[in-house]
Amino acid sequence: MLRLSDLHAHYGRAHILQGVSLHVRPGEVHVLLGRNGAGKSTTMKAIMGLVPPTSGGVEFLGQPIAGLEPFEVARRGLGYVPEERRVFAELTVAENLEVGRQKPREGLAPWSVERICGVFPSLAAMLKRPGGRMSGGEQQMLTIGRTLMGNPRLVLLDEPSEGLAPVIVDRMADAVRALRAEGMSILLSEQNWHFASRVGDAASIIEKGAIVWRGSMAELLADEAARGRYLTV
Amino acid sequence: MLGNLVVQALSGLASAASLFLVSAGLTVIFGVTRIVNFAHGSFYMLGAYLGWTLATNLPRGHVPFWGGVVLAAVIVGLVGVVVELLLLRRIYKAPELFQLLATFGVVLVVQDAALWIWGPQDLLGPRAPGLRGAVYILDSRFPLYDLVLIGIGIAVFLLLWLLFQRTRFGILVRAATADREMVGALGVNQRLLFTGVFFLGSALAGLAGALQVPRESVNLQMDLAIIAEAFVVVVVGGLGSLPGAALAALLLGQMQAFGILVFPQITLVLVFLVMAAVLVVRPYGLLGRAPAGHAASLAPVEPPIAPLSPRGRLVAGVALVLALLAPLVLADYALVVMTEICLAILFAATLHFIMGPGGMASFGHAAYFGIGAYAAALLVKHLAAPMELSLLAAPFAAGIAGLAFGWFCVRLSGVYAAMLTMAFAQIAWSTAFQWVDFTGGDNGILGVWPPAWAVPKPVQAWGTLILCLGGAFLLRRAIFAPFGAALRAQRDSVLRAEAIGIDTMRIRWFAFAIAAAFAGLAGALFAFTKGSVFPTYMAIPRSIDGLMMVLLGGVQTVTGPILGAIAYTGLHEQLMRVTELWRAVLGAIIIALVLFFPRGLAGLGARS
Ligand SMILES: Nc1ncnc2c1ncn2[C@@H]1O[C@H](COP(=O)(O)OP(=O)(O)OP(=O)(O)O)[C@@H](O)[C@H]1O
Ligand SMILES: [Mg+2]
Repeated sequence: MLRLSDLHAHYGRAHILQGVSLHVRPGEVHVLLGRNGAGKSTTMKAIMGLVPPTSGGVEFLGQPIAGLEPFEVARRGLGYVPEERRVFAELTVAENLEVGRQKPREGLAPWSVERICGVFPSLAAMLKRPGGRMSGGEQQMLTIGRTLMGNPRLVLLDEPSEGLAPVIVDRMADAVRALRAEGMSILLSEQNWHFASRVGDAASIIEKGAIVWRGSMAELLADEAARGRYLTV
Repeated sequence: MLGNLVVQALSGLASAASLFLVSAGLTVIFGVTRIVNFAHGSFYMLGAYLGWTLATNLPRGHVPFWGGVVLAAVIVGLVGVVVELLLLRRIYKAPELFQLLATFGVVLVVQDAALWIWGPQDLLGPRAPGLRGAVYILDSRFPLYDLVLIGIGIAVFLLLWLLFQRTRFGILVRAATADREMVGALGVNQRLLFTGVFFLGSALAGLAGALQVPRESVNLQMDLAIIAEAFVVVVVGGLGSLPGAALAALLLGQMQAFGILVFPQITLVLVFLVMAAVLVVRPYGLLGRAPAGHAASLAPVEPPIAPLSPRGRLVAGVALVLALLAPLVLADYALVVMTEICLAILFAATLHFIMGPGGMASFGHAAYFGIGAYAAALLVKHLAAPMELSLLAAPFAAGIAGLAFGWFCVRLSGVYAAMLTMAFAQIAWSTAFQWVDFTGGDNGILGVWPPAWAVPKPVQAWGTLILCLGGAFLLRRAIFAPFGAALRAQRDSVLRAEAIGIDTMRIRWFAFAIAAAFAGLAGALFAFTKGSVFPTYMAIPRSIDGLMMVLLGGVQTVTGPILGAIAYTGLHEQLMRVTELWRAVLGAIIIALVLFFPRGLAGLGARS
């Protein structure tokens, strides 16, 4: 569904992505694991066109999308949930959701504010509250909801568990599983192995801008050596 | 007495209303596109001219009059869309300074277009039908039309508020003001949003202009006069904040209304002083916020400064010898041009000093040039001081002004610093313009002639050549001296510079003052070569001239300002000789340069 082949990207002169290849299949939760600074967020930004890839290909639903502008990528059904959340602080929750709204997509049940509140019940009570006056966990729910309003076919979720209390992380895991159950494809970047192992179907490990391990979650669970080498700090 | 105060407050509200209309458009455009649109004042002026044409040509009556006002606003909105589509759309990613310059190019083009269509004379429009009279409030007279204007201001504020709160367009505008990259990543085509915002903002400026027609005459100075005030409102309110613009417009309107009762001489100065004070206490304005994350750099990134190559030295040496010999053979007119070029070189070198190695921006560098010129002229005029003494004193005056203004300016960065430097220049300009007893106001100071020995043109040419190139040379030495190294270090990274013990704020401050002092010397020399000084010496266009020279030459090359000054002065001179519409041509050239050569002339040479 989403295929990266030998993707390279730079920040100024710094060569950050040095050939990332990765394949997300329809309906799977694919976890992108890696240490701080490994290039997880940059991979997602490169897919979205927020950091223009310098070479290599990005294919989504069989179409090349590298070089498109972020809004065009989003309109093709790729949703992006940034690591820093980037909630519009002065807009209310309802307005934040409105910004994310896009036309319904063929063959998908359209998302609405009510349906988002079904996935994240705590949002329902605060639709009128400014995004800036929410807790970290609530903001995380809001950003995911905001992206869902665009009726994406695949969601890029960048470290949704970062900085959240364990209870909220559990809630996030539930939400990810609920989305998967509805058939959503997800590329999830994580450092939290515990969280990743609970929701992932497949995994890729990135280090210094390149994929160093790939396989199914079951394989990774069995491969203690790889986890030790790439994931523990 | 009480009636008087009420009427004064009401007229403050009336000016606040039109100020708000203009500033609302400017602030919304900035919020979404991050472009500081100098041409916004030109849209206001266009609105006034169009309003005048419609009001004088349409039949009398309520419907034609108000219909004409709305039509003028819509036409100006469409002009804004054209400018956005043809120009700004291509430069959204360019450094802010270039964007500002490009929009200033539009100012010049619109000025000449208006001159060409409507002529140079002030135009008086008809009064609004049915609103000629006045109302009496506690026995004091207040024009009925101004009352309507206040009502329109309030109505537009409410409509905008509804637009921004209740419509998808408004929600997207507010979201994009906070974080436009995120809005794009959510699938919103920003081009449409930008164009829409430009239409709205320009139409508001046009509306404000058309509404002025029954109040005051329409003229070619309206654009820069209003843009300076609108910048103040927008910066005081917080860039991008609509309620901020409303609040600041109210504040400023009242200040002008009552300021005129208390300090009639310094109403203009007062406005800019308030802005400086607000920016120092709240650097992002009353209701503004620090921009999210990705702060764009103000000047283009360029390779580090390098000393001249041996070949470069040879060329420079030959050029210098030729310049020294030139007064022996050149005719008077050519010598005048040569003198002007020398002055331009020094002026550009001082601005380059703070922009290139210093990494600061100044949109008001003419202030120091003008202060030097006025210091010299005032010494001659009031104390009958000799030229030699005046030339010595002028850099001190300008340097002290640089210390005073610079103290504030070096504390800000980006657009805010640019706006503050402009505000200080406007303070200097308004002082010269309003303090008629001391400075002669608009008529300037005449009879600032050099002593007999310095009257012959060749002597003047040699004098300015030696002083200006000497000054430029000293600045160049400073760039490569330890002081310059520290200056460049803080430009590249404040953190790293502080880590090795550089007091970055202080070093920027001194650099600012040194540049101001040398600019003052250029100004004083200019005063003596022209024999007079005028407030225009410190006006916005002269500051822009300096910026043009520096950017033409390329910011990060030491020879850049010299080449830029020669090219720009030569161009200016030629254009003025060959065409009446030299402003439009100059504006078009500025626009073309920003579009096609964003690295400047020197950058061009470096690449080839
Ligand atoms: N805006 C930027 N400019 C320059 N370098 C950057 C920028 N953003 C990230 N980097 C660098 O790129 C590399 C990869 O960063 P990235 O954010 O992709 O890592 P990450 O795997 O998401 O890490 P984390 O787990 O901390 O979020 C890092 O070395 C980082 O320092
Ligand atoms: Mg990251």
